[in-house]
Amino acid sequence: MQATTLTPPHVEAHPHPAHHAHHAHQEDAGFWRTYIFSTDHKIIGIQYGLTALCFMLFGFCLMLMMRWQIAHPGEPIPLVGPLLEKLLGNPAAKGVMSPDLYNSFGAMHGTIMVFLAVVPLAFGAFGNYVVPLQIGAPDMAFPRVNMASYQCYLLGGIIMLVSFFIPGGAAQAGWTSYSPLATTIPTDGQTFWLIGMVLLITSSLLGAVNFIATIVQLRAPGMTWMRLPFFVWAQFVTGFILLLAFPPLEAAGIMQLMDRVAGTSFFLPTGLAVGGHLANVSGGGSPLLWQHLFWFLGHPEVYVLILPAMGIVCEVIANNTRKPIWGYKSLVYSALFLGTLSFIVWAHHMYLTGMGTKISAFFQTTTMIISIPSVIILTCFFISLWGGSIRFNTPMLFALAFLPMFGIGGLTGLPLGFAAADLHLHDTYYVIGHFHYVVAPGTIFAMFAGVYYWFPKLTGRHMNEFWGRVHFWCSFIFMNIVFMPMFAQGMAGMLRRMSDGGLNYSEARGPDVAGTLSSPIIGLNKFILWGGVGLAISQVPFIINLFRSIWKGEKIASDNPWEATTLEWQTPTPPPHGNFAHAPKVFRGPYEYSVPGASKDFTPQNALEAARNS
Amino acid sequence: MDIPYTTQPRPDTGIYNAKIGIWLFLASEVMLFGALFSSYILLRVGAAPADWPHGLLNIPIGAFNTVVLIVSSVTVVMAWASLKMKKLAQFKLFQAVTVLCALTFLWVKSYEYREKFSHYEVWKTDGTRLTGHIEGKPMFLTLAKLQVAKKEKIEFVADPHHYSEGKTPMVKHEAHAEHKPVEIPLAEIKRLSAFVPAHSTYFAVYFTMTALHALHVLGGAIVIGYLFGPGSKMWFTDPERLTNRVEVAGLFWHFVDLVWIFLFPVLYLL
Repeated sequence: MQATTLTPPHVEAHPHPAHHAHHAHQEDAGFWRTYIFSTDHKIIGIQYGLTALCFMLFGFCLMLMMRWQIAHPGEPIPLVGPLLEKLLGNPAAKGVMSPDLYNSFGAMHGTIMVFLAVVPLAFGAFGNYVVPLQIGAPDMAFPRVNMASYQCYLLGGIIMLVSFFIPGGAAQAGWTSYSPLATTIPTDGQTFWLIGMVLLITSSLLGAVNFIATIVQLRAPGMTWMRLPFFVWAQFVTGFILLLAFPPLEAAGIMQLMDRVAGTSFFLPTGLAVGGHLANVSGGGSPLLWQHLFWFLGHPEVYVLILPAMGIVCEVIANNTRKPIWGYKSLVYSALFLGTLSFIVWAHHMYLTGMGTKISAFFQTTTMIISIPSVIILTCFFISLWGGSIRFNTPMLFALAFLPMFGIGGLTGLPLGFAAADLHLHDTYYVIGHFHYVVAPGTIFAMFAGVYYWFPKLTGRHMNEFWGRVHFWCSFIFMNIVFMPMFAQGMAGMLRRMSDGGLNYSEARGPDVAGTLSSPIIGLNKFILWGGVGLAISQVPFIINLFRSIWKGEKIASDNPWEATTLEWQTPTPPPHGNFAHAPKVFRGPYEYSVPGASKDFTPQNALEAARNS
Repeated sequence: MDIPYTTQPRPDTGIYNAKIGIWLFLASEVMLFGALFSSYILLRVGAAPADWPHGLLNIPIGAFNTVVLIVSSVTVVMAWASLKMKKLAQFKLFQAVTVLCALTFLWVKSYEYREKFSHYEVWKTDGTRLTGHIEGKPMFLTLAKLQVAKKEKIEFVADPHHYSEGKTPMVKHEAHAEHKPVEIPLAEIKRLSAFVPAHSTYFAVYFTMTALHALHVLGGAIVIGYLFGPGSKMWFTDPERLTNRVEVAGLFWHFVDLVWIFLFPVLYLL
């Protein structure tokens, strides 16, 4: 007996999807409504994706310029130096990055990467495109809210970009914007930052409401909670984190905005002196309050960055090992536990604020506990590999690399979770190495896996496999060249946020002073710079491949080129407006690969019954 | 395929889409105002009692506004119930009363704001502190502005008490004594501030939270006004959906009322 699906089998690709009635209807709406102010979750997902990738490239370029300044302090930046001077004027005089400019690039690199690149890519782009398809829904629950979410995000991003060109430049107080520093720096960049953040928070609030409502309400008949693909679960938990953790930062942002524009003292203590003079403020505020409110978002945000990545990795691994994911329920409960516990670990970012040993002890405990579900998730993925006949295509390579890279990122976080070890490591390059391993070769690799994996669904064409592998191997090598040395630098005591790359504290400046940074440690700066340049060059094949494949890529042979089980592959390609030709019905779990006795090694979720050899 | 459960509840969850949407949104609002209330608690606990103004807000007016909002939260339910009973005219009446209550609240609030902007505290160089009004009732004056204007003194009508004495500064039966301005030379003034956000942490909290709440009232009034006006045409095409919209707007409105129920005692009475 053949596999029977309730949706008509789409063996052929659909090169002319406009034939579809719904799609034709959508095209009638005109260019603006179809591509710019679209309410279709797939278009919004693509909008999010392209915008976020542009911001990611921009944030990366900021960092490349900073790495030059770190490796060669005070020397003009090659190639882009004159351009920088033309654009930004005095802060980049003679093509040299001034410390002020370094500070604002650093603050904006963090802000852009976290709030404008990775979260929108992981949640906005992949979530929007894939979640409704995977649960068998025609669209998101609130399509217009979805559009508003993207427009708010875009507006917030534009405000952040504009702030580079105002007098005084963009925000300079780090992505964490600690008060009183953030309040007293004499540039309006911080005000722009705060207004941009309020818009971004609004955007993610609208998105989160929409995602949760969609997953709860629009699951297809038969799509019970324990039949949801893990990616959907990951997005569900992420939605809750965004919904509940972001508002306190919004409150904090409003208060800091009041501090800046209305002269209040929410975060300004009594007796605050600025530039040697008593500040003309009422005082009575608490700088520690800002940190609490910021990290109340800041730590759950880490799981916003990592959970969707884990979801993507899970889909890719299950598909390419051709066997069910090991421990599906453990994955789900771990994700839920991770989401819940992430709300009570925030103060491990604040051991050095003097908030007290009892509070530190509490947060150390919760921090150690939260590593358990992460380890469970990673372990499930590793065990899933066991005994599989693995297909090593580009998405799988990225997903596989995610495992050890995230592992390194996670394990190096443990010493930071202990207050005693954190005393030494806090605010050093060790911290930078740690969280970049989680986010850069971790989350961003998973994002790449997702791009290569779902690209055929978006376009009906494959991305080039050879250049995909070139992209993977080069990125993999250079990522490690960039971030591995930072652990050594950090343990040697090199502090982050120094525009001279630690030169002032080096052996060269104080030959007889104990505890200075040795020449090899300082020399690593140059090593990292060229690693970064290599990483930049490694992205060129990806960018060309991405755009070339839209028109020139190899056409897919069927609507389900990866032979996957989940519902997004049981639609026409690309899915028309309304997604499914007929309402899908779900009969089984998400990862029914290699079911014994079945004629094919995958059984789609909406297949009436597993095909049997007969 | 059309989006399901926009009007009818989904059998296994028991609610329609917009209702879960608004509850999720309210959950996030709870976190927003929760963070602000927590900040208030933290800042107040850390403040010196003498620096924490009290008795400067008009309690009867605040109580009046509380009643206004409570009435509106009754009428917002009545409007929804009217639609459930298929009485459109009655719905319109209750909906209109709700909007009027919202606008009354905002008008009273703006009056309260104006009063504070022309009410001052003066810190004198000898350590004494006075609250009261400057002759001519100017708003937003600061010491710097007075110095720029080359003023040498101000004519100040002091309140009977300063709040740090533990008594209510503005005592109504002593109002006749108000019209005796005293002259205070600028040289004797260390700091001068109207009761604006920059005056103190208390007023920073007061203005930030009530302004954010007022924005919510305004947003609610716009939505309820829309459902009263152009939005009510849906009654003739999809009455059930209109009823749902009114319910969802009502849920938001109740939340806005609830926030005020917390704000009033915290800011006016404590």
